[in-house]
Amino acid sequence: MRAFTAILAKDLRVELRTLQSVPAMVLFAVSAFVLFRFGLDRTSLDGSLAAGVLLATVLFAAILAVNRVFVAERDQGGFDAIRLAPVDATALFAAKAAALVVYLVVLEAVTVPVFAIFFLDDWAALLPLALVLLLADLGLAATGALISSLATGSRARDLIVPLVLLPLLVPLMIAAAGAAEPLLAAGGPSYDRVATWLGVLGLYDVIFLLIGYGVFDFVLED
Amino acid sequence: MPALPLDEAGKYVAGAYLAFLALLLVYVAIMAAKLQRIDRELRSLAELAEERRGDGDKP
Amino acid sequence: MGDSMTTHTRMTRTRPWTQPSSHWLALRTLSIATFAAIVAAFSLVFFYAPLDADQGFIQKIFYLHVPLGIVALVGFIVAGIHAVRHLRSGDPVHDARSYVSIHISVIFGVAVLVTGSIWARASWGKWWVWDEPTLVSFLIVFLLYATYYPLRYAIEDRDRQARYASVFAIMAGAFVPLNFIAVRLAETLLHPRVFATAEGGMPGSMWLTFLVSLFGIALLWVTLVGFELAAKDASAQLARLRRALQPRPAAGSGRRSSAPATVSAMRKSNARLAGKSRGPRGPE
Repeated sequence: MRAFTAILAKDLRVELRTLQSVPAMVLFAVSAFVLFRFGLDRTSLDGSLAAGVLLATVLFAAILAVNRVFVAERDQGGFDAIRLAPVDATALFAAKAAALVVYLVVLEAVTVPVFAIFFLDDWAALLPLALVLLLADLGLAATGALISSLATGSRARDLIVPLVLLPLLVPLMIAAAGAAEPLLAAGGPSYDRVATWLGVLGLYDVIFLLIGYGVFDFVLED
Repeated sequence: MPALPLDEAGKYVAGAYLAFLALLLVYVAIMAAKLQRIDRELRSLAELAEERRGDGDKP
Repeated sequence: MGDSMTTHTRMTRTRPWTQPSSHWLALRTLSIATFAAIVAAFSLVFFYAPLDADQGFIQKIFYLHVPLGIVALVGFIVAGIHAVRHLRSGDPVHDARSYVSIHISVIFGVAVLVTGSIWARASWGKWWVWDEPTLVSFLIVFLLYATYYPLRYAIEDRDRQARYASVFAIMAGAFVPLNFIAVRLAETLLHPRVFATAEGGMPGSMWLTFLVSLFGIALLWVTLVGFELAAKDASAQLARLRRALQPRPAAGSGRRSSAPATVSAMRKSNARLAGKSRGPRGPE
């Protein structure tokens, strides 16, 4: 537990000081919104279009952070330090996933209001939407931390992450969009089947968090 | 969904089964090529080993 | 592909994954059984199974498409199981089985997508439909496992490559049912199930044909995996032989011998050594 908080605190402190992930994610997301405005030729979005644009943007922005989550460990021998210390590999996994969740929450705190300003007529859905996004963030963080750790050992690091991560995220996208779509419906939020989709999201999160917990020892081993 | 007349439908069904067969045959061909390569190299290595043994006998 | 994998091998494991020769006999029996099962299945499909009331003759594609899909998906999960065993034991045999299981399942996956597309064209006039959850779910799974190859080949260290590939195979294996649920839910909640495929309402004769076909395709998968593993093993033995036949460096030359990569290079060095038979060491 101490290792977890230590690593998480270190990562957050570094991010706060160097600002290498979150600002890039925010800028990317806002630019993507502008692209979508012109690509779709729409100034107002609702229902499935709104859900799709928002979630796809968050997903792609997340990849920016996922790519860098183990960079410091790789460059500065952090992996060796953790192997030598009497620390559970799973603490590293949990800390990295938690850091990703924090970055994503900050990203969404900034960009969802921007999205609402750009495209939404009705802001009533934003609070339940936050729950959907939080659950999606957990899934993104778990799979992101796992794939990033696999990619760290490889030559085509920056390519492997998006390549492998995107198909893995399809069920998460399906569930998150399934929940977000009725919430962002044109006439005001509807809660039709939202609970089912939240359940699938939760299942996705649990499965990948468990897998990360189970296999991370083997990722770290050398 | 109306059923296609037999002769038209037949072409699609045949197409599907033939695609399966074609894929299988491509796989067999690749496997045969792999085995040929292995066989060829084994032969060379066997000759090499025999040559070596032959040289060792020379005074 | 198997050859490029073995050339990456550094002999960090002392026990190579060998297959005793009794496996060849098993392979031959398997091949004959597979052939018989598939011939039986196709005969049933075209001479015994009744015509479907709605889809007519087109429905016959299902006896090929659905078993291929089921076997491929089970194959992916089997690969995940081999991966678990690999991580727990460190034995490269399990990694080889995992890799080959994924490889053959991906090939079957291509067949699923092609036959599914042909069936979609015959039924709907379009070469792809998003309404069929099994087909869509399969596409996603296929896309995921297609990334297995670039992931493996991007990692140079043999041990780490095998370990990370196993981690991936476990994640992807868990992904398969999850993905299926998600896609299925997306379709059933939006569009009612339009195609009753291998479920409920099928007469017994169709069930029998389907089961025989499933059995034949499953046997085919096992046979192809067997052949692929045997070929990999043969390549590995070959590499071992090649290494054993390398000329050792002359004593005191202070030069590290670098393995001649080809047999012809070995011949040249062989001839060179034979010419220097009065040197400090004779040729090996």
